Amino acid sequence: MSGENSYLLKIRNLHTYFFTDEGVAKAVDGVDLELEEGGTLGLVGESGCGKTVTALSIMRLIPEPPGRIVDGEISFDGSNLLMLSEAEMRKIRGRSISMIFQEPMTSLNPVFQIGDQISEVLRLHEGMSRREAWNRSVEMLKMVGIPSPERRVFEYPHQLSGGMRQRAMIAMALACSPKLMIADEPTTALDVTIQAQILELINHLQKEKGMSVILITHNLGVIAETARKVAVMYAGRIVEYTDVRLVFGTPKHPYTQGLLKSIPRLDGAQTRREKLEAIPGLVPSLLDLPKGCKFSNRCKYVFDRCAEEPSLIETASGHLVRCWLYE
Amino acid sequence: MKANGNLVEARNLKKFFPVHTHFFSRAKTFVQAVVGVNLSIRRGETLGLVGESGCGKSTLGRLILRLEEPTEGQIFFETEDILQYDSERLRQLRREMQIIFQDPYSSLNPRKTVGSIIGEPLIIHRIGTKKEREERVSKLLEVVGLRPEHINRYPHEFSGGQRQRIGIARALALNPKLIIADEPVSALDVSIQAQVLNLLEDLQEEFHLTYLFIAHDLSVVEHISDRVAVMHLGRIAELAQSEELYRNPKHPYTQALLSANPVPDPTLERKRIILQGEVPSPINPPSGCNFHTRCPYRFEPCPTEVPQFKEIEPHHWVACYLYGPNE
Repeated sequence: MSGENSYLLKIRNLHTYFFTDEGVAKAVDGVDLELEEGGTLGLVGESGCGKTVTALSIMRLIPEPPGRIVDGEISFDGSNLLMLSEAEMRKIRGRSISMIFQEPMTSLNPVFQIGDQISEVLRLHEGMSRREAWNRSVEMLKMVGIPSPERRVFEYPHQLSGGMRQRAMIAMALACSPKLMIADEPTTALDVTIQAQILELINHLQKEKGMSVILITHNLGVIAETARKVAVMYAGRIVEYTDVRLVFGTPKHPYTQGLLKSIPRLDGAQTRREKLEAIPGLVPSLLDLPKGCKFSNRCKYVFDRCAEEPSLIETASGHLVRCWLYE
Repeated sequence: MKANGNLVEARNLKKFFPVHTHFFSRAKTFVQAVVGVNLSIRRGETLGLVGESGCGKSTLGRLILRLEEPTEGQIFFETEDILQYDSERLRQLRREMQIIFQDPYSSLNPRKTVGSIIGEPLIIHRIGTKKEREERVSKLLEVVGLRPEHINRYPHEFSGGQRQRIGIARALALNPKLIIADEPVSALDVSIQAQVLNLLEDLQEEFHLTYLFIAHDLSVVEHISDRVAVMHLGRIAELAQSEELYRNPKHPYTQALLSANPVPDPTLERKRIILQGEVPSPINPPSGCNFHTRCPYRFEPCPTEVPQFKEIEPHHWVACYLYGPNE
């Protein structure tokens, strides 16, 4: 385990809640995470588990109201992001920390040319002139593998395919060589062959620039191929946190085990036509969580201890699990 | 037409959609969605249809149901030429073939109760008395794993997976022989996907259903299908038994798709086939073999003429010059 100083990002005790008419939705309820320089952290879970809200909390993009980061500390490169002013945060977003989203059309402005959008980041953060920024934008498009970049730079988002828009968004995110890139379901909306290209691109750029990445997805295959450390989230908490090989090789939390057993696999790890072992029931609503362990109402190993919420327990191999089975 | 084990036979199906550049102009170009497809679906089987977005798989599914009229070609259902049917006979045919849609949110009328959504096909086809219909709807809700007491609830009160179950119940209402499942689990979380896939398998056994299972997720298609057809830009590139296709893919496109599919195993060292370039447009498909612009094995005959779809090994069909010239 490396020393405290080699962590680029450290999240401690993060709590982000949403205050609604129907009650308080504790979207992130006590999350601790670390990311080393140059590392790739996979944040995996199904809808509503809190992975996107965690990312938005890092970026301080939680809409307030109804949301609010009620507790915690996010240290990045020496500062606590939760203590910075909005002006200071704006200097960080797009420059030291960038984010790419699932739907490129939500972060690309449909009425501006691609070149303008990438230039904006460069002119704002690096003080470049219009011409310098425009030329740099062409270089960025080339770097992300868009053919004929000197022509495409004049195009509007709707003139690009899904894969190209995603690349354009990556170009925007990388323009200022950020230390950390947060990718929230970057390939879910794309075809599998384009997904492979984009993941390859992120991997390549990461190696070249020594960038750290937080990859958020519900696709376990993507996580296995890109992440080095994995945090599995459920109902706003981390339920398992360890090296990627351990998560897939020896998953400990019943939820992780359940997820792995419920996906059809092409690698022959299952006999074909054998029934998938589905996790019964549904993810609980954040407004109506079960008492005690949040997974207890769907868990096949539930026992009386589960009436109390477990903390993260470290098993011998540096593998954290939130489950009384490992007490 | 002699009787055989085929429930559906499609011959040389073509569907071109006109592209209107201006609102009132005559179309000069066409989206070649389905181009010369020959396909049969055997009674009782699950035929998987896989391909990336824009390949024509959904259009092919809709053509078989005559939800779209083909530009050219023939469709036989139980050896009868259904393109000759008048509207009355076609309406009767609709009792035999039904569809499950991808989006559980837009495919259910939000202003109707669940009972009324599932019961609607029975009303349209004038089946049973009001009491009998109610009984049937209750039974169907149970069959798909929902509670009959929910008969008066509205779609918004259910989760995505539950709504998909409602869509399945609706498709079963008329006791069809064939169900076209168009991306039935793509919009669902991983653990819910497993539940719905298991349900579809159980229902197939119980009600002797035949499925055309359309999807882009290879692992899901492999798991549930007996045979799989791979589509590319409106044509079928390869067709084989499910296990055979995945163990022994012959078409370079199939190989690329399989290699691009992320596998949930971090220890697997994989040589990925990364396709170069963008997916070509179905408005202006490449000449000859429509995959040749991205194919790593392209050679002289490929751009010249469309390769024949041939049975190169028992029950294994490919359209590719690597396996011999056209006869």
